[in-house]
Amino acid sequence: MKKVLILGGGVGGTIVANVLARKVSPSEANITLVDATGKHTYQPGFIYVAFSDAKPENLVRNERSLLDKHINLIIDEAILIESNERRVRLKSGRILEYDYLVVATGARLCPEELPGFKAAHHFYDLDASIRLRRALDNFPGGRVVIGIGGIPYKCPPAPAEAACQLDYYFTRRGSRHKAEIHYLSPLPRVFPLESVAPLVQEIMESKNIQYIQLFNVERIEPEKGLVHSLEGESLKYDLLIVVPPHKGAKVIEDSGLGDKGGWIPTDKYTLRVKGYDDIYAIGDATDIPISKAGATAHYEAKIVAENIAAEIKGSGMIKRYDGKVRCFCDAGFKKGITMVFDYEHPPKPTRLSRKWYYAKMLVGKLYWSLVLKGWA
Amino acid sequence: MGQDVKVDRVIDARGSFCPGPLMELIKAIREAKVGEVISVYSSDSGSKRDIPLWVEKAGHELIGVFDRNGYAEFIVRKKR
Repeated sequence: MKKVLILGGGVGGTIVANVLARKVSPSEANITLVDATGKHTYQPGFIYVAFSDAKPENLVRNERSLLDKHINLIIDEAILIESNERRVRLKSGRILEYDYLVVATGARLCPEELPGFKAAHHFYDLDASIRLRRALDNFPGGRVVIGIGGIPYKCPPAPAEAACQLDYYFTRRGSRHKAEIHYLSPLPRVFPLESVAPLVQEIMESKNIQYIQLFNVERIEPEKGLVHSLEGESLKYDLLIVVPPHKGAKVIEDSGLGDKGGWIPTDKYTLRVKGYDDIYAIGDATDIPISKAGATAHYEAKIVAENIAAEIKGSGMIKRYDGKVRCFCDAGFKKGITMVFDYEHPPKPTRLSRKWYYAKMLVGKLYWSLVLKGWA
Repeated sequence: MGQDVKVDRVIDARGSFCPGPLMELIKAIREAKVGEVISVYSSDSGSKRDIPLWVEKAGHELIGVFDRNGYAEFIVRKKR
């Protein structure tokens, strides 16, 4: 019997485990998932905690309830991957051996890497989103600035989406006239995807969202209320929202498997960790230069699960990841956009529609029952 | 083929449309030491506009842009 060990109970790790459990029988493989908290959080919901009325408790479920009954869940922290010995050490002292390892350890927020970050808000974890919501509720008016404090970061369109959500939030409160919204784009356009950027620029202009292009946040000077860019510009703020710098998981750094940022060198087609035929990496943990997002992990996870199943059954590797990502962005006022692309096909221009807003809401509803099971 | 400069790091960002090759370059420049040379491969049509604009604004040196077989190579030196 083969031992399959999955590190991380986020969207990628959970889908790999569930799909694999359907593809192989308990007599063919023992599937174990290790997660530090045992709690699964729906991260796309953070933006609705910060800017709308989502209840934080609705974004979190026990990981056990999301896994096939044949999957072993160990709530513990992986602290060292010993790839030569094909084993992983856990914080409790336990050692787990594997025949196949799937690393789905995600990204780690490192706000301490950006000087002055303590003065900023963000919406990249649940507690910070709750704090941001309180700050907005108490905001008397002035300039709200949204910027990006490090690359890479999860969900590249999210900061632009947040700018639109801010506009929607202040409009609903009847205080839009008291708030200036400034969006700092790291690129010479307002949105990462070139073909979609003109539409997003039009949307921002229609909402009176001001933007500065080529502004990568480098440091914050709270005592002066200033945010400074890598490119040498500065801007005053009254309330600052900054995407914190991200790094790969500590276990990746400690195991010597990552690059300078702790991201795992990964073959973008096979999703095998470079130099290993028994370790796969998916989702935010990899160094593949595509979106760090649940949508990416979702597609990658299904490929990895199918290929491990094929190896266990002896039918050989059957699928390659083509870079497919599909995502939806909420532009506020119950309208949204969608984007689909892969390694070979850039996204086509999209249009603002209620349909894409409701599609995003539907994905959120189906997330627990279909997406995480690998059915969607 | 175009360059006789020693490249310290190559970033293959072909197939990256989101966040895109410029984001990969910015990440690499943040990690690099002053004087290091970075080469970025891009199949994103926006890079020929994006990358030179950012390199100039951020005060680095665009050593060259080279058309390769189905992609472009940008060679950049970190200056500050």
